[in-house]
Amino acid sequence: MPADGGIGASTKRREDVRFLTGLGNYTDDINIHNQAYVHFLRSDVAHGKLNRVDTRAAEKMPGVIRIFTSKDFEGVGGIPCGWQVTDRFGEPMQEPKHPVLAEGFVRHVGDPIAAVVAETLEQARDAAEAIEMDISELPAVIDMAAALEDGAPKVHEELSSNLCYDWGFVEENSAAVADAIANAAHVTTLELRNQRLVANPMEARVAIGDYNRATDEHTLYTTSQNPHVIRLLMGAFVLGIPEHKLHVISPDVGGGFGTKIFHYAEEAFCTFAAKAVNRPVKWAATRSEAFMSDGQGRDHVTKIELALDKDGHFLALRTDTLANMGAYLSTFAPSVPTWLHGTLMAGNYKTPLIYVNVKAVFTNTVPVDAYRGAGRPEASFQLERVIDKAARELGMDPIELRRKNFITEFPYETPVAVAYDTGDYNATMDKLIEMADFDGFEARREASAKKGKLRGLGVNCYIEACGIAPSNLVGQLGARAGLYESATVRVNATGSITVMTGSHSHGQGHETAFPQVIASMIGIDADQVDIVHGDTAKTPMGMGTYGSRSIAVGGSAMVRAAEKVISKAKKIAAHLMEASEGDIELKDGQFTVAGTDKSVAWGDVTLAAYVPHNYPLEDLEPGLEETAFYDPANFTYPSGAYACEVEVDPDTGKVEICSFHAADDFGNIINPMIVDGQVHGGIGQGIGQALLENCVYDSDGQLLSASFMDYAMPRADDLPFYDVDHSCQTPCTHNPLGVKGCGEAGAIGSPPAVVNAVVDALQRAGHDITHIDMPLSPARVWSAMQG
Amino acid sequence: MTQVSMTVNGESVSGDVEDRTLLVEFLRETLELTGTHVGCDTSQCGACVVHVDGKAVKSCTIFAAEAEGAEVQTIEGEAAPDGTLSTLQQAFQDNHGLQCGFCTPGMVMSAKALLAENPKPTEAEIRAYLSGNLCRCTGYHNIVKAIMAASGQDVSSIAAE
Repeated sequence: MPADGGIGASTKRREDVRFLTGLGNYTDDINIHNQAYVHFLRSDVAHGKLNRVDTRAAEKMPGVIRIFTSKDFEGVGGIPCGWQVTDRFGEPMQEPKHPVLAEGFVRHVGDPIAAVVAETLEQARDAAEAIEMDISELPAVIDMAAALEDGAPKVHEELSSNLCYDWGFVEENSAAVADAIANAAHVTTLELRNQRLVANPMEARVAIGDYNRATDEHTLYTTSQNPHVIRLLMGAFVLGIPEHKLHVISPDVGGGFGTKIFHYAEEAFCTFAAKAVNRPVKWAATRSEAFMSDGQGRDHVTKIELALDKDGHFLALRTDTLANMGAYLSTFAPSVPTWLHGTLMAGNYKTPLIYVNVKAVFTNTVPVDAYRGAGRPEASFQLERVIDKAARELGMDPIELRRKNFITEFPYETPVAVAYDTGDYNATMDKLIEMADFDGFEARREASAKKGKLRGLGVNCYIEACGIAPSNLVGQLGARAGLYESATVRVNATGSITVMTGSHSHGQGHETAFPQVIASMIGIDADQVDIVHGDTAKTPMGMGTYGSRSIAVGGSAMVRAAEKVISKAKKIAAHLMEASEGDIELKDGQFTVAGTDKSVAWGDVTLAAYVPHNYPLEDLEPGLEETAFYDPANFTYPSGAYACEVEVDPDTGKVEICSFHAADDFGNIINPMIVDGQVHGGIGQGIGQALLENCVYDSDGQLLSASFMDYAMPRADDLPFYDVDHSCQTPCTHNPLGVKGCGEAGAIGSPPAVVNAVVDALQRAGHDITHIDMPLSPARVWSAMQG
Repeated sequence: MTQVSMTVNGESVSGDVEDRTLLVEFLRETLELTGTHVGCDTSQCGACVVHVDGKAVKSCTIFAAEAEGAEVQTIEGEAAPDGTLSTLQQAFQDNHGLQCGFCTPGMVMSAKALLAENPKPTEAEIRAYLSGNLCRCTGYHNIVKAIMAASGQDVSSIAAE
């Protein structure tokens, strides 16, 4: 292994030094000479008709440069949706226009109505207050079931109803599943809500538009997880700017968790306005704006039925879900409750028959889209909760019931269209049991009881699909994008390497982990390799970072490009050593000729590539730089087993996490330290969902949880230390690194573990409680205990 | 506009501010010290924590004019002039106590204030002290561990319970 760490080393992160010293370059740290500031005037009602927006008085306010309304965006496209779902009758989903600024109607609290561009932010805000508006408030639909009733007020008048689509999967299985459930020895049913969450990366969104009249080039600085996707969507579908005139830069980005995937109206606005006023234009969201404009997450209401035979074998599974889309379709919203959710309903189990129905619903709320896990936490939560309930009903041990139904042979074709390549669910469960000391639980429970606390133990498994995804497959499923990744490996003359990746780091540590791979492949120190990301002018077209895809797809592209580089370098080395190309080996940064003592150093070969005096110019171009686009053959399937122990205070209903153990199988690992950190963070967010977080609207559509005062983010004293392990490794069989991805596992696996543990504690204390909806706040737990 | 003068990271600085200008705005926009971050608008997140006269302060909760004559330290003043990380900064790197880095300056400045008050804090004391600093990436595990390590405690066997 290279001295400073190749594949498998817990190399310390190089990016930390700039973040720890205040030298990070986040979008809000960027100020451009002569820039103006934007403030958006947003709707304070959930649904209304815009009768009049009068900006005349506001335009006379000090410092105002221009005020924009929807009239300025006539001829400009709406914010596009990147995924079209086909319903179970073969019809496309209903897809309303999402204007940059509200056209005629406002449809959620926070919907932007007008934008003031002024010399200072304060002047822009002051002027926005002088805009006169006449809005007729209309009845809002907030509850999904109510939104689907006949005669319900419509979010979009031009649509036939509030139903975006009615999706069945696999539709042909519907009758067989119904039959199996009707005839099963036992059916366990559970109704539950996977509540709406707000991703809340600590850096709120920022956009800066800049326009160069001399070259007709637009530049957008934005807090995005995927600048190339923004360039394509915004350029082609909204503003009509060709890619070669549009440059998108996402510098240091302070967390994403999905909500910075999407193309937002504010990005299009700043790009558009910069040309219109011929000034750089900057917008930085306040946290309050983030709460009412960032794509939100989850918000599913589900009924799940699991049919079992008398011995506990799973026979069939059926789910009915209402999935909230909010007021408009965000970039990938339609895919989340369908292809990222229905395809995961087999979980770790060989259930032969599965049918998933999802009705996606428009409501007068902020749009909902992917948030860490995106569909997979919803799938895992339903499944692992219903299995726990079934075990209680059948008087079986919940671990044994799971083991009885584990998939044990791979590859495994599920009845929901995906094929798992590898996994070993018994191995992660065995590891979990070793870590979590289940044998000692009874003694710990007694100790808790002596303190007056109710102790419970929850266990669950999860599987997820990462590394999205084969482009031809997702194209058939409605994706309006390819989902490959790209990398250019540029070897410099003296042997150092710059890798340009289409992937993007916003906390994941690419700048450290990606060089570890190159260092191992060539045998040079990782500090000889730098990673460039987040700039469409520097990196090849790539799809960015989400769905735990960076190392599995982006890393694979980098490996493929590096393989091309090494192949060419071997030809050069063969020439220099007057040997046959087939005899050249590369190890520890030295090319050798097999069976001889001849060698030439990596740096000598790279120099020859750029100073080609002694070089086979008739056969080989000079230079050493290669690009690869990698399109994955399949998803990857990380899996694991999690355990949580809790204490419930019977007097207050407060839940305390006593311990959390996670045994994951991520396949091969590049940097174990970074993987640990990803799992910690995912578990922290999952515990946040289980116990604390809830995005709440009142019946009029007012967002009640619109600040950190009202939305309970997990804090340091809400969370424990976690015990995580990833020694169970079944490498992915179809990507060159054998890696699976680890970014979302913690957020997927932890909510059911926590809820299972709380229900266990209450059951052991004699309460006939089979489920409490998240978040398990003291009020909800205490109320449930009162019967 | 009012002129304010203060010492920031050992250097005397001054500038014209509106009465409503917050200290964090003065630091970020006038002095271009962008290491101090703004993560919310309700004084909840702690990304903007700096030291004012040796005490940890959320720089979004005081006006620039209130810091007249004060000694202010920001994250930019934490490492040695040659760039060598402080013990606390080094512990954050060694223990992977940061991911996206956005909350990090505030975390480091809060942790520094804690260790000044309490040189060997327990896990519970650290968690309680950091309850005004939000991190969305780390689940806090490695932040707490880093602060324990910076205070000279053995963190090699840390896990739940």
